[in-house]
Amino acid sequence: MEPVPVAFLASRVRPEEKLLLEAYARRGVAVRRLDERRLALPLDGSPPPPELDGVAVVHDRSVAFGAAVHALEVLEGLGIRCVNPAAVVRACGDKVRTSARLARAGIPQPPTRLAFSTEEALRVLDEELGYPAVLKPAVGSWGRLVARLNDRHAAEAVLEDREVLGNWTHRSLYLQRFVRKPGRDVRAFVIGGETVAAIYRESEHWVTNTARGARTRRCPVDGTAGGVGDLAARAARAVGGEVVAVDLVEDVDGSLLVLEVNHSMEFRNSIEPTGVDLPGLLVDFVLAVARERGPADARRTPAVAGAGTP
Amino acid sequence: MIACTECTSSLDLPADAVEGEVVACADCGVELEVVSTSPLALALAPEVDEDWGE
Repeated sequence: MEPVPVAFLASRVRPEEKLLLEAYARRGVAVRRLDERRLALPLDGSPPPPELDGVAVVHDRSVAFGAAVHALEVLEGLGIRCVNPAAVVRACGDKVRTSARLARAGIPQPPTRLAFSTEEALRVLDEELGYPAVLKPAVGSWGRLVARLNDRHAAEAVLEDREVLGNWTHRSLYLQRFVRKPGRDVRAFVIGGETVAAIYRESEHWVTNTARGARTRRCPVDGTAGGVGDLAARAARAVGGEVVAVDLVEDVDGSLLVLEVNHSMEFRNSIEPTGVDLPGLLVDFVLAVARERGPADARRTPAVAGAGTP
Repeated sequence: MIACTECTSSLDLPADAVEGEVVACADCGVELEVVSTSPLALALAPEVDEDWGE
């Protein structure tokens, strides 16, 4: 196999990671596996560990947001180019940061508020968002701890739960108007700035994550202004995303709103309905970055400008 | 074939199993991680953490 200076950062190997490793192998590329659980990185200017010898690019597929964002930041400090960059992972892995970036870029979202106390959250719900509304944890995925607040009584109960049982991350209350979507939402895959595929995720349940059993069907990629392709590409750009999946929802008037951007997207259920070789495209993007980056001996200068600042 | 670390039932792993892959024991349902492919070794997979996801 061709020795290419790419390392693949992953602990838990989901079907997606296996498909990506297979795509590298099909291209004759031997990537080095890195598992963050077995990695200790220098923070004091000491030399990098031997696992990083010859590595110029890290393809991040870690399932753990906290570990990934820290590891990538340190790796970038060692001059290693990361896909996605640490700043992108930081922006995507925290819904508050994602929304702030989207708002700054003028990307349409459902009405969304951030509160830091139960009292202020209830006021915002009563006076600005109305019911039903949705409370989401700032950090989290797969629909976990996402709560639909049908009325003030539900809101009081869930907010009290978060206050008493949650940890400090649950004190940032991310509240959103509930969108009466037509039994589906849209996931669009953006690679290198281009929306390459999209699926509808259909479910009778109001949570339409495939991790929660939603069915998938191909969604046409409409590149016209405000269409799926255009909006997803703009959302990806807003977070600096190189390879991301953008979740969108159709509002009652048919307009599209962006819900979130995923930096380590799952795509196992999207290849067949779209007919698009998503793992192949992702790997080709990383390899193009590696070719552009050059050999690892050029890695003494940070690769990504502004990577340390969200 | 390899034994489940929890209930000792025999498991058939995919021929192309890789380190980090998670398999479920058909008998006791526990999730096991492939921690080594040579020699083949399994360990109880970590619980899903709050920050895990996409």
